[in-house]
Amino acid sequence: MSSAKKFDVIGHARRRVDGRAKVTGQLRYADDLTLPRMLHAKLLRSPHPHALIEAIDIARARSHPGVQLVLTGRDFPVPFGIMPVSQDEYPLAPEHVRYVGDPVAAVIAQDEQAASEALKLIEVTYRALPTIATPEEALAHPETRIHDYGESGNIHRNQAFEFGDVEEALAQSDHVFEDVFFFEGSTHMPMEQHAALAASEGDGRFTLWSSTQNPHYLQRQLARVLQLPAAHIRVIACDNGGGFGGKCDPANHEMVVSKAALMLGRPVKICLTREEVFYLHRGRHPVLMKFRTGVTRDGKLTGMHLQTLLDGGGYGSHGPASTFYTGVLTPLTYELPRFKFEACRVFTNKPACGPKRGHGTPQPRFGQEVQLDKIAERLKLDPADLRLNMVTKANSLTASWLKIGSNGLAECIRQVVEGSGWRQKHGKLPEGRGVGIACSSYMCGAGVSIYWNKMPHSGVALTLDRSGQVTVFCGATEVGQGSDDVLAAIVAETLGISTKEVRCVTGDTGITPVDLGSYSSRVTIMMGNAALQAAGRARDMLVTAAAEQLEVLPASIVLSRGRVFAAGDAAKSMSFAEAVVYAETKFGTLGTVGSYTPPKPPGKFKAAGVGPSPAYSFSACVVEVEVDEHTGWINVPKVWIAHDIGRALNPLLARGQVIGGVYMGLGEALMEEQVFRRLPPKLSDALVHKIPSLLEYKSITSLDMPEVEVILVEDPDPNCPFGAKEVGQGPLLPVMPAVANAIFDAVGVRIDEVPITPEKVLRALQLKREGKNPRVGPERFPDVHYAEPVFVLPPGEGGDGNETKDHYKQAVNKVAERAVS
Amino acid sequence: MMRLPWFQFHAPTSVAEAARMLAGEGPRGMLIAGGTDLLPNMKRRQQTPATLISLARVEGLKKITNGSGLTLGAGLTLTEVVGTLAVREKYRGLWQAAAQVASPHLRNMGTLGGNLCLDTRCNYYNQNEDWREAIGYCMKKEGTTCWVATASKRCLAVSSTDTAPALIALGAKVRLVSSAGERELALASLYNNDGIDYLTRKPDEILTEVVLPGAGGWKSTYWKLRRRGSFDFPLLGVAAAVRAATDGTIEEARLVLGAVSSQPFLAGKASAFLVGKKLSDEVIAEAGTLAASRAKPMDNTDLDVYWRKEVVPSFVGYALREIRGDDMRALRMRIARQQL
Ligand SMILES: Cc1cc2nc3c(=O)[nH]c(=O)nc-3n(C[C@H](O)[C@H](O)[C@H](O)COP(=O)(O)OP(=O)(O)OC[C@H]3O[C@@H](n4cnc5c(N)ncnc54)[C@H](O)[C@@H]3O)c2cc1C
Ligand code: SF4
Repeated sequence: MSSAKKFDVIGHARRRVDGRAKVTGQLRYADDLTLPRMLHAKLLRSPHPHALIEAIDIARARSHPGVQLVLTGRDFPVPFGIMPVSQDEYPLAPEHVRYVGDPVAAVIAQDEQAASEALKLIEVTYRALPTIATPEEALAHPETRIHDYGESGNIHRNQAFEFGDVEEALAQSDHVFEDVFFFEGSTHMPMEQHAALAASEGDGRFTLWSSTQNPHYLQRQLARVLQLPAAHIRVIACDNGGGFGGKCDPANHEMVVSKAALMLGRPVKICLTREEVFYLHRGRHPVLMKFRTGVTRDGKLTGMHLQTLLDGGGYGSHGPASTFYTGVLTPLTYELPRFKFEACRVFTNKPACGPKRGHGTPQPRFGQEVQLDKIAERLKLDPADLRLNMVTKANSLTASWLKIGSNGLAECIRQVVEGSGWRQKHGKLPEGRGVGIACSSYMCGAGVSIYWNKMPHSGVALTLDRSGQVTVFCGATEVGQGSDDVLAAIVAETLGISTKEVRCVTGDTGITPVDLGSYSSRVTIMMGNAALQAAGRARDMLVTAAAEQLEVLPASIVLSRGRVFAAGDAAKSMSFAEAVVYAETKFGTLGTVGSYTPPKPPGKFKAAGVGPSPAYSFSACVVEVEVDEHTGWINVPKVWIAHDIGRALNPLLARGQVIGGVYMGLGEALMEEQVFRRLPPKLSDALVHKIPSLLEYKSITSLDMPEVEVILVEDPDPNCPFGAKEVGQGPLLPVMPAVANAIFDAVGVRIDEVPITPEKVLRALQLKREGKNPRVGPERFPDVHYAEPVFVLPPGEGGDGNETKDHYKQAVNKVAERAVS
Repeated sequence: MMRLPWFQFHAPTSVAEAARMLAGEGPRGMLIAGGTDLLPNMKRRQQTPATLISLARVEGLKKITNGSGLTLGAGLTLTEVVGTLAVREKYRGLWQAAAQVASPHLRNMGTLGGNLCLDTRCNYYNQNEDWREAIGYCMKKEGTTCWVATASKRCLAVSSTDTAPALIALGAKVRLVSSAGERELALASLYNNDGIDYLTRKPDEILTEVVLPGAGGWKSTYWKLRRRGSFDFPLLGVAAAVRAATDGTIEEARLVLGAVSSQPFLAGKASAFLVGKKLSDEVIAEAGTLAASRAKPMDNTDLDVYWRKEVVPSFVGYALREIRGDDMRALRMRIARQQL
């Protein structure tokens, strides 16, 4: 991408296309919709963490005034799940409930009040089962199976990969650091609670409006559950009041209202309460991690062995992918010649975990970046320099066969070091004040789809008509991240018009080409490339028609600021709308399409598809903290963050995303926790979410939010539209470890887990005063029986990307041979 | 969304009429002022009154009278209390407490009277009905066990009002009016150390006003511990009011703790200890230790219970140092996330 080219739209800070509508209340969220004769649904949820349903009596509920329909598990024989390998959920549990909040029945009535009253009249007889509250319990009690599928017992997924002989690398290292970290689970907290409205179209077809990030996957799952052709189902993703991954999974309530609308022939709506959103969850997995990392004396990594244990909750959700992501993106930031990771996800009797902003990677990134801080301290190296000296290179392959394209990590580090005054601050501030640094990388879209296929990941259709109107259709979903703005900007830039002239129709499976959805930071890159192609094709038609009309060579035609003209000849010019008229006259009704399929991953071993991405973003963050030595109270006065975005299509929007990431990151670092409460077992088998409310689940408020200095590093990536990489998830990742590292710089204590609360800091300070190891964090990593790793030789050791099938057998033989000789 | 149960609604216009209605309804009726505490509780079915008697239209409940002291109508919103110049200038502790209640929206609705009568709180209890069903309820409502301390014979829910500790430190009295008559009592005696029966107010009494004595010679302050700069209820409230001679020797002192018991209470020993002394660092530290020994936080609110107990001396120290005249602005900003 030549940087000499001047853009009209791209790179200019603009109000996002839906900004005014948003702040003036014009947007219509799912719960804003009403239709004539609409009914309301409510779900009855299990009060037991783990039980079998022996009987359900719905007779009294059915005859309650205003009630139209009562549904139970019997009405939904087919299970679903976002991943083909984990189809383990029912819209309503037919016989087995797995957490407090698991839906078992639904009432559809004239209003919410009547539906709620009728819920109380449903009599369910449960037989309680032993409960599993933690991964340790899940491993210790394989006999109490939460699901009858998975690896064994309560182990849902076991994954292991080794890229080069890691034990050998560790043995040859000057130092091996071994650390255990814990990252507590957290939930997404979108401002908008999930809502859905279904309406039958009268001929067996129906429309579902929903707060969803992934209308395409939802349509597929609805087809499966309702046993209808997908083409008869239209899913419209409404404007979303935030998603952050919490609206990625197809959800029980969406299935329930769809079925009810079809059965009753009347529209049916549901809006979850905040507490129900905590139960639907699919948030950040709590992850226990162990890192064994080899380094040379001068601070270069030699190898890393990472083990993770994920608390999956009651269902599969995106779990298989989440499990991979606790390992696969680790090697992106620093040169790491050898890497082994073993990951295990278990089931517990709690709401299912799934994808939350950063999906699986914030946890290991936290461990890795805090461990690096410890390494720097031991080797007496500056933590920023340690990192700078080993950043990965542009256009390189990691040991795990990920292809890195553009890479602005070094520049990000330099910028935050400079901006924050790191050199004057680190190790030099008075006791109680400190700075910490951390880095990260994230993918710009998953290289493979959730279900196996070779079709495009994103499609865009464009129509133009004689009024000059440009309408762009794409299945991508606006979840608040600004995808409509990106779409409008790319089309506007290509056609030389303003974003105001572009109407975006998105996230509607009935009329928009397929886009896989708003997850994995894929939209700007994938939708953007598809849009670029569609708009480019439209531009070609306009250019041809205009050139003919103006009697100049097509190559000399310029489209800019609503005009179509010949370069260097001001007289030869027409408006954009006139050009469309000529084009429509010449070609007939105007429409183009574009699509995007990501490049093939370089690795060829099994599961090599998880991790590869067309491009990776990079970030570096410096956090300053103040810690009170008497109370452990933590204050964050300022955050500096540099993000390698490739190119900022709309810098205003990009900065907003970065600040939003910092906001969420600080919440996770300092207070957010999805935690559960058990009562004395002799008295009760309860296992409940401790604080399922916006008041008691703490996330930071605007008053707690520090000043954030955002630095956008722009090094356009050739795989991305106008060079633009992701910004939705990456900037969250370095925040948590940077906070932990800053606390160490301030008061010399290590908190090896999040959230980092004043109580933990004070406890560590007391340990320090007593001359003990000033650390609070998990003490040990349990014995997990991981699978035998898939062994792959890294590119640097002559590998070809395939698995070395009998590597471990050979290794064992070698040892045996050595013993014999 | 969570829906309210059905209820009857009355909006009387005089205290007498309201008192008559309240007496007539008996245990079926409840007063509602701003509704910021009661309505969420009703949605969660913690309280299910058949009749609500609103104080919103009752005349005279928003009166502010300046005499030798200051009388504040119970119907003043917290925003109005914060906006009252006399409060800000003379009763700083009350001003700081009221300004830290909940969030701006809730202060626009919530009243002073409602704040003083606020239900006690516990995170086994402030949950919706389904959640409480899942734990088999608790002693405060529909159950028999107190999950915070299963051997406890009484409910240990926490008094969570911010203004009460500040007002008790300032020596406030309250006026209670019923159809049978009216009485004035020291605010401190409005409270019982019982999470269920937390008020000595009779069910048919209306709290109409708060009477503050003259503030001449007094200095007061309020420090609140909570996780965030807004929304959160107190995990500890330290109110201090001190009258000192010109040389700094303390003549009268009241140190009151909130949110570490089922009632706000005067830390008597610590208060008495201060009298006759000057606020040296040592005196402040000792007062902190004395006050802390009375704090009994329970594991039923936010943050670690032991930690909450451990930081009491620090917070008492902040309060007394502010009264001494130390520049506490930076610390206030760190703790409260706003200037107060
Ligand atoms: C998210 C949230 C955060 C909050 N944070 C705080 C906080 O930090 N600190 C804090 O102190 N409070 C907090 N509150 C509670 C509440 O908002 C305030 O205490 C408020 O002042 C209550 O006043 P109200 O007028 O709304 O009371 P209401 O809800 O109307 O009434 C509360 C109770 O007092 C009774 N009552 C009301 N007026 C009278 C009267 N005149 N005479 C007799 N009885 C009466 C009612 O019957 C009811 O039992 C919070 C509430 C919410 C929802
Ligand atoms: S303190 Fe005990 S009885 Fe009181 S509300 Fe809490 S759990 Fe219930």
